[in-house]
Amino acid sequence: MNWTAVASIYRFEMARFFRTLMQSFLSPVLSTSLYFVVFGAAIGSRIDQVEGIDYGAFIVPGLIMLSVMTQAISNASFGIYFPKFIGTIYELLSAPVNFLEIVLGYVGAAATKALFIGVVILATASLFVDLTIAHPWAMVLFLLLTCLSFALLGFIIGIWAGNFEQLQLVPLMIVTPLVFLGGSFYSISMLPPIWQKITMFNPVVYLISGFRWAFFDTADVPVGLSLLAIGGFTTLCLAVIWWIFKTGWRIRS
Amino acid sequence: MPAILAIRDLRKSYANGFEALKGVTLDIEEGEILALLGPNGAGKTTLISTICGIIIPSSGTVTVGGHDTIEDYRAARSLIGLVPQEINLEPFETVWNTVRFSRGLFGKSRNDALLEDILRKLSLWEKRKSRIMELSGGMKRRVLIAKALSHEPRILFLDEPTAGVDVELRKDMWTIVAELKASGVTIILTTHYIEEAEAIADRIGVIADGALLLVEEKENLMTRMGQKQLEVQLTTPISVVPEQLAHYDLQLVNGGDALVYTYDTRGERTGITGLLNDVAQAGLALADVQTRQSSLEDIFVDLVSGDAP
Ligand SMILES: Nc1ncnc2c1ncn2[C@@H]1O[C@H](COP(=O)(O)OP(=O)(O)OP(=O)(O)O)[C@@H](O)[C@H]1O
Ligand SMILES: [Mg+2]
Repeated sequence: MNWTAVASIYRFEMARFFRTLMQSFLSPVLSTSLYFVVFGAAIGSRIDQVEGIDYGAFIVPGLIMLSVMTQAISNASFGIYFPKFIGTIYELLSAPVNFLEIVLGYVGAAATKALFIGVVILATASLFVDLTIAHPWAMVLFLLLTCLSFALLGFIIGIWAGNFEQLQLVPLMIVTPLVFLGGSFYSISMLPPIWQKITMFNPVVYLISGFRWAFFDTADVPVGLSLLAIGGFTTLCLAVIWWIFKTGWRIRS
Repeated sequence: MPAILAIRDLRKSYANGFEALKGVTLDIEEGEILALLGPNGAGKTTLISTICGIIIPSSGTVTVGGHDTIEDYRAARSLIGLVPQEINLEPFETVWNTVRFSRGLFGKSRNDALLEDILRKLSLWEKRKSRIMELSGGMKRRVLIAKALSHEPRILFLDEPTAGVDVELRKDMWTIVAELKASGVTIILTTHYIEEAEAIADRIGVIADGALLLVEEKENLMTRMGQKQLEVQLTTPISVVPEQLAHYDLQLVNGGDALVYTYDTRGERTGITGLLNDVAQAGLALADVQTRQSSLEDIFVDLVSGDAP
């Protein structure tokens, strides 16, 4: 392994993040606060509790997941699309690095940014609601795995994308709906039975459920299944990226 | 001595079916400077990109320092530095970070003194804290060069390094190239400035339509293909070439002040002795005699246009 290369890519990518640190910090704080005002106050005044948990607290894991997933995807996809777009990718392609090193650098940086935002949201949320975390280590593990796997997905999107519209398309058309319908703001058990079944095909359900279990010790699906889902998803993304670099798809002519 | 770069029957067809390289075979010795000349679209950039791993060859092999560029890409690529033709740089990053990134990407440990030295040589040291977007075009090109040098390559590819670069800087570039050569670095450069190839290359390769037309020592090439002109200046101008000299195909220039004789240095007999004798016989008095050799540019134009024998 060429660890120096991994560290160089990581550092170079993080520099972009630090250049816009205020934006990176302010926007999640602002949007989280808005969610609490809208969902917590308006809806919360009617829904009071879900599965014995105060509604304001109940939506925190979903809220974090929503931001972490979209941020991981957009950071990672932009991170690799940008060099492709401005042409600096030539250096990556001609450097003595393998696909794993490139991925670790780019995806690692994107995941770090997403993690940072997740933590900011958690901190902001704790200003609005009382939060006790039942399984802190599991919470950290789920958070890390989500950052990582969605950054991997973002990396694939960034390589696939041929223009900026396509770069926005997948997150907007696929990921956001899946996350919203994945139980971010409600419990699956609140749905009519038929929707409960359909919703089980949404992979995001497993992640949010597992993450929520880490907070409140209640889950829509067994925790083991959640872990399995996220592990499988990560492996799948890695396999796709391995194939991309092996064939040079969309990066080497 | 085994070649540091060995290219064997390299072919490349792009996805649209266009064949940009039609079986290129070439050996490059360690420490030499090869200039690749060729018209736009000849395949120079394609050849370089294929060697460097940016383009996947359709067939053929390339070894760098004995390492196959596909099977053993890590070892091969760590020997190579590339200055691409297009100015591709991250606009928001500083010069220093950009160059430092390149060194790290090639797995080399941090060495600020070396980077400082490179930046100073390229007159970029004062600009190290500037962002790339604040630099002029010529400065950006130098940043590309600094990036390629930052990881101490043994083989350096310069794809039109002096395009859009002012005369002074071009001379600086040549100095840098000469220094690199002195330290044993092998250099392959493409250029459209023939005087540049003439000034710095050891060997010249000419490529057109994806095929290497020739690769030859610069000196050989110039003598082999060069034509020389002998100019005979006369003490008193004449209005017509005398009868005795008719078979020499002479041109009368400068209003009858001089006769110009064009001959091929490859010929067994240049005919100069005979000519000079006959000039004296014809009763003309010589004021001076000069020879002129055709430049590489003339040779190149002849070759590419297919006029060359
Ligand atoms: N990605 C591509 N797809 C299809 N054809 C390509 C591609 N890249 C280059 N070509 C074609 O391959 C040929 C060789 O291009 P190349 O860039 O190697 O030329 P070059 O010798 O570097 O020219 P120049 O002096 O203009 O830089 C050209 O005809 C070009 O149109
Ligand atoms: Mg070119």
